[in-house]
Amino acid sequence: MTVCLEAAGLGMRYRSTWALRGCDLRIPAGRITALVGPNGAGKTTLLHLAVGLLRPTEGSVRVLGWIPAAEPDLVLARLGFVAQDTPLYRRYSVAETLRLGRALNRRWDEAAATDRLRRLRIPLDRRVGRLSGGQRAQVALALALAKRPELLLLDEPLASLDPLARRQFLQELMDAVAGDGLAVVLSSHLVAELERVCDHLVLLDGGRVRLAGDIEGVVAEHRLLVGPREAARPAGVHVVAAEQAQRQTTLWVRGEPPDLAAGWGVSPLSLEDVVLAYLAGPAPGEAAPEAAVEVSA
Amino acid sequence: MAVITFHLDSRSGVSYYVQLMQQVRQAVRFGMLRAGDQLPTVREVVAAVAVNPNTVLRAYRELEHEGLAVTRQGLGTFIAAGVAAPIEQPLYRSLRGDLERWIRAARSQGVDDATLAALFDHVLRESHEEVRA
Repeated sequence: MTVCLEAAGLGMRYRSTWALRGCDLRIPAGRITALVGPNGAGKTTLLHLAVGLLRPTEGSVRVLGWIPAAEPDLVLARLGFVAQDTPLYRRYSVAETLRLGRALNRRWDEAAATDRLRRLRIPLDRRVGRLSGGQRAQVALALALAKRPELLLLDEPLASLDPLARRQFLQELMDAVAGDGLAVVLSSHLVAELERVCDHLVLLDGGRVRLAGDIEGVVAEHRLLVGPREAARPAGVHVVAAEQAQRQTTLWVRGEPPDLAAGWGVSPLSLEDVVLAYLAGPAPGEAAPEAAVEVSA
Repeated sequence: MAVITFHLDSRSGVSYYVQLMQQVRQAVRFGMLRAGDQLPTVREVVAAVAVNPNTVLRAYRELEHEGLAVTRQGLGTFIAAGVAAPIEQPLYRSLRGDLERWIRAARSQGVDDATLAALFDHVLRESHEEVRA
């Protein structure tokens, strides 16, 4: 697979706290990757390292083949980034914001940006500060896409949007992906919303990668087993999380049990169920350190 | 305007590409899509339902494997020539009317939906066995 973002032993420490530690990961080109994890998992730190806003404390990150903090000119022109809460100059009009983008970027498709904003009926003469949250997010997206990036990084683009604005944002994003074939990495803690747009998953927790792989493979690899408490636990599977009731055991497992004792029932899991099972299981560092799970398609 | 509009159900547990395939098959069955009709472009679909473009490509590819669709390079994906003739509209309406009456009658007797669906499946399966026997 062609990789557009690769981290090896990547770590970032703020004073005495490691926001990211021992992070190994490969994000495929031409795909839409969901970067998920609870607040404080290290998602924003990872994205800031990828765009060169931060320099790693240890390890390395390569974006489109280059180290962003060392070769910003080679990386930034090919990269789009929308930071959390879409920071824009609130006193500028939409048209002035576009003019700023044109002045600051070598590659700039103004026609595509204005077409996009007209289609969304966002008035170009309005001040950014007077737009709705959804419109502001669309302006930030249009600016990032006007660079014609090969890789687009979006930090929590949906968090502050209402359901309709979320849907419209994802529609615009998918339209751009279908038209230009760019790769996207989208961080979010809203897993259910990402399942239909993303095809690759990276789950961060406590600054480490807990799970990574093709979403379809990840979902197919995991299942829920429910059985009587006294029954022997199924062999041949990795238990991600477990729950005991008085008479019943519930197991979230990876792998397919070769043979199940009588009394055990098997059911499929949604992506959200899988992610929650990993987050409910022992955190990295608490139990014996466990290698990140890589699910291949 | 696109010939048909797709709808995706995120709670059904059915893969999105399978849902898209089912909706094309359904549209062909009921004559909303006929041989030679162009399916919505990938871009139209993703812009309408906010789904990953690869999902649409996969659905169309699988429909091609089934012989229901053909892709013409640079033009788009079309319903293949010679797909099974759909139910004609008058027949569709009359069958549907019968079924609606049947459902209303059963409901008025307090039969729940799950039982109705199971009954329909059961009788449909049995009727196949009768034909074979």
